[in-house]
Order: sequence, then structure tokens, then C-alpha cells
Amino acid sequence: MARRIPTARKTLTTAAAWTTGLVIFFPILWIVILSFKSEGDAIAPPLTMLSAPWTTEAYTTVQERSDYFKHFWNSVVISVGSTLIGLAIAIPAAWAMAFVPGRRTRDLLMWMLSTKMMPAAGVLVPMYLLFRNFGLLDTRIGLVGVLTLINLPIIVWMLYTYFREIPGEILEAARMDGATLRSEILYVLTPMAVPGIASTLLLNIILAWNEAFWTLRLTAANAAPLTAFIASYSSPEGLFYAKLSAASVMAIAPILILGWFSQKQLVRGLTFGAVK
Amino acid sequence: MATQHSRAAARLMISPAVALLLIWMIVPLTMTIWFSFQQYNLLYPDRTGFAGWSNYVYFVTDFRFAPAIRNTLVLVLGVLAITMIGGILLALLLDQPFWGQGIVRLLVLAPFFVMPTVSALVWKNMFMNPVNGFFAHIAKAFGGQGFDFLGQAPLFSIIIMVAWQWLPFATLILLTALQSLDREQMEAAEMDGAGPLSRFVYITLPHLTRAITVVILIQTIFLLSVYAEILVTTNGGPGTASMNLPFLVYLASIVDNDVGMGAAGGVIAIILANIVAFFLMRAIGKNLDA
Repeated sequence: MARRIPTARKTLTTAAAWTTGLVIFFPILWIVILSFKSEGDAIAPPLTMLSAPWTTEAYTTVQERSDYFKHFWNSVVISVGSTLIGLAIAIPAAWAMAFVPGRRTRDLLMWMLSTKMMPAAGVLVPMYLLFRNFGLLDTRIGLVGVLTLINLPIIVWMLYTYFREIPGEILEAARMDGATLRSEILYVLTPMAVPGIASTLLLNIILAWNEAFWTLRLTAANAAPLTAFIASYSSPEGLFYAKLSAASVMAIAPILILGWFSQKQLVRGLTFGAVK
Repeated sequence: MATQHSRAAARLMISPAVALLLIWMIVPLTMTIWFSFQQYNLLYPDRTGFAGWSNYVYFVTDFRFAPAIRNTLVLVLGVLAITMIGGILLALLLDQPFWGQGIVRLLVLAPFFVMPTVSALVWKNMFMNPVNGFFAHIAKAFGGQGFDFLGQAPLFSIIIMVAWQWLPFATLILLTALQSLDREQMEAAEMDGAGPLSRFVYITLPHLTRAITVVILIQTIFLLSVYAEILVTTNGGPGTASMNLPFLVYLASIVDNDVGMGAAGGVIAIILANIVAFFLMRAIGKNLDA
């Protein structure tokens, strides 16, 4: 029973909402435009800049000069690697807690969450020394390990909230119908669990991709992912607006697209199930 | 329905996650606390031994400590104020019917997915640069002059950058909470003659309380550890004008090589975060029973 909304009011809301949306999005739009201009035009006043010819020069230069794809690949390996390992550890745990809850399940979940509250700066010193002594500084494997650990609580929590919504009765029904354990898992549980696992995967890749404390402190030239690569533009030489824009666009585009696809699940994951 | 057998299996399935997190929690934490009571400076390897509370005394009496604590609080509160007020207003606006809802939602959400180093550098150079930045160009077009944001108002500028990244988070969560509001209750109130303001104060706001609490607490946890934005823009300066606690810990331990003092700062940061965490855990724990 939708109420009739006066067209005038809807038009007004539309104008206000689009204006706000575009203002918030403006910095991203702006670097997309700048990335297709020459360095000289990129620092010109906006109107001059907009009418200047378009070019993909900046993209080619970024790749030639800084080996952009190496860092891109590091980001992929680190974020996907840490997420997959995290899932492998978290799926059984969340599964057991959701379907065989014990007296201490709740405390266990809260304790896992509490490990997430430790500020990175608080353990910077020991982590740096451990990494140095074990030869893990500037290695992808070291970062995969750290990011797996810092995101593990979120993965467990998200999976747990999804798994908990799978009704246990459906398993009993399947068993009554004579399903074996194998077919129970394969045909009943897995199809119901896949959407939850997929959105956990997406959210965690986003978080790991954008993590900017450990990736900056524990890497140098070799294992640096895009967060650290972009940070190298903080003390540039010469004109660099177009190049910085191009590098930024390439760094955020994949995750922006993933994020837009997973926005519905984002709320649940980021609030540990407190808001759905 | 859980049998003895399935309990044992469950324990087995949970134990890897628990073991890893236990190690992750205990090893670095113990080391931080241990180092904070040791004389340990990478520049003077011969000076070792128990330091008592001296690392803490040095850290707390460092001329950068008081500004760092103040800046940490200003940063957290400033960003919270902008994102909460902006987030509620935006959520109310986006909850109204209008054309292109899906697309506007995506536009508003986008900054959240931008990595901190990109966001900070783009704001620093393309927008806040006093010569070639967007704001400077606009000012010049109106006969004014470019403002040196990061030189003159460094902390304020960083607050703007960080708020831009977190506004989508607050908006998205408040909007989600708003959409579960009972429309019929709203209409009943309207028919009883409640105006828009009293409907907001007496129906909408109470409904949003939990979402607001969760947003404030989660943001605070992250905002207490803002680091990358400062590293690539001001490096804590000019002077100590934009230095926060995590950044001071980094300076003391990595740049000054004073492991002991950095560790003492780390312990202080952990205590500060845990005070907030305590309240967050209570808010989330309540939900677990529901």
C-alpha cells in the first residue's frame, strides 16, 4: 500500500540526493578525469584542464616507470591469500559454533572479537622485531600471515551469523529421508552456506586490500602492495598529478567494483551482525 | 541433540582458530609489555637491562606526548561529529523515495572503498595544495588566494580526509537501520498530528539508537589508530600539530630506534583502545542474546 508521493516533492528529493551524492563522489570523479590528461594540463585551472585533450599517457608512464603490475599482483596475492587461509580456518570453527553450540560458545566469540581491539601501534615493536629476526620483512608470506590473523575474528563472526540462520531442522528432515552424511553436506548444507561464504570472502578481500598499517610498515620494494606503492607518491619529483591519478584509479577500481557488488552484506559484516 | 561425539568433533573444528588467535594475542602483547620495562635502543645495543617505569616516564614526559593525546582525541571526536551528523542527515535523505536511488547509494558509498593512502594523497595534492589544488583554483577564480590547508590547519585537514572516508560507513549502516523502521507506526503518529520533528525525535531516533551506538564504537576503534593518512600528508607536523598516539609510537620505536619507549607508548595505546572496546563488546554482546 504505497502512499502516493507528490511529484514535486519527489523531484526535490531527487535533486538534493543527486547533488549530495555527486559532491561526495566528486574527488573520485576528479582523479578519473585527471588521469586522462597530460601532466602539464593536470595542474591547470579546472576549466582549462577539462577542455585539454584526453590522453592515456599517464597510465603508460606509471607502468613503465614503477612496475605497477608487480605491486598490483602483490595486493592480489596478499588480500586473496590471507582471505582464503582465513576462510579455511574459520569455516570449521564457525560451523561448529553455529550447529553444536556449547555453554562457552558466546564467550569464545566475544573473546575472538576482543583480539580485534588491539591497536596495531600497540604491537608494532614486537611484530617489527619478530619479522626482522625471522627474515619476514618485505615478504608476501609474512604479510599474508599478519592479515590472516587480524581479519580472522571478522571472518569467524560473519560466517557464524550466516550459518546460524540455517535451520537445524532441515538437517533432521534430510536424515529422516535417508540422506547420508556425505549427501547431507553436499546437497543440503553447502548450497545454503555458499552465499554467506561468498560475501565474507568479498568483504575480507576489501579489508585486506585497503589495510594500511602493516602493509606500510612491514614491506619495502619487493612485497609492497598498492597501499605502499601509492604512499611513495608522498614525496614525488616534478609534475605528478596525472600519474598519481592514474595509479590511484588503477588501485581503487577493482575494489570499488567488488565493494559495490557486496554492499548489502557489508553492513552485517562491519557491525559484527549487530545491524542487519 | 548434540551428542558426545559431535561435541568432540566441534572442539576439534574450533581449535585451530582459537590456537592461532591465542598465539596472536599473547606473543606480541607479552613482548610489548616486556620491552616496555627494558632498556632497549637499537642505537645503543650495549645498554640493556631492567628499566623499571622509566620508559613510561620518558614517553609521558616527552614534549610530543601531550599534543599527541590531544590530537588523538580531537581527531576521533571531530570525525565522529561530522560522520554522525552527516550520516543521520544523509540516511534520512536517501530513505525518501527519489529517482535513481540505487545509483546515488553507490556514489555515496564509494569513498569507503578508497584505500587510505590514495584518499590522503588525492586530498593533499589535487584538492588542498595551495598552488595547484582544486580549492586554490576556485579561490583564485574569485580573486582570492590558495589556502595552505596542511600547513595552516593540518589537523583539521586530516579530519576532513578521514571523515570523507567514514561518512559512507555511518550513512550505510544508519540507512539500513532506518529501513527496518515500522512505516505503519510512522503513519499512525502522523495521523495523530505529530510533526516531522517530533516524529524524528520520538520514533526515528530511538529506533536508531543501537545502530548509532555501534557506528560510534566501531569508528572509534578505527579512528584511534589513524596512521597512513598522517604518514603520507604531514608526518605529524608542522611540529606536533597533527601527531596522534599511533604516529608517536611509530616515531619513537622505528624512527628514533627506541624500542623500550615505543613499547611503553604501545601499552598506553592498548589501554586507551580497550576502554572503548569494553563498551563496544557490551553493545555487541547484548545483541548476541537477542
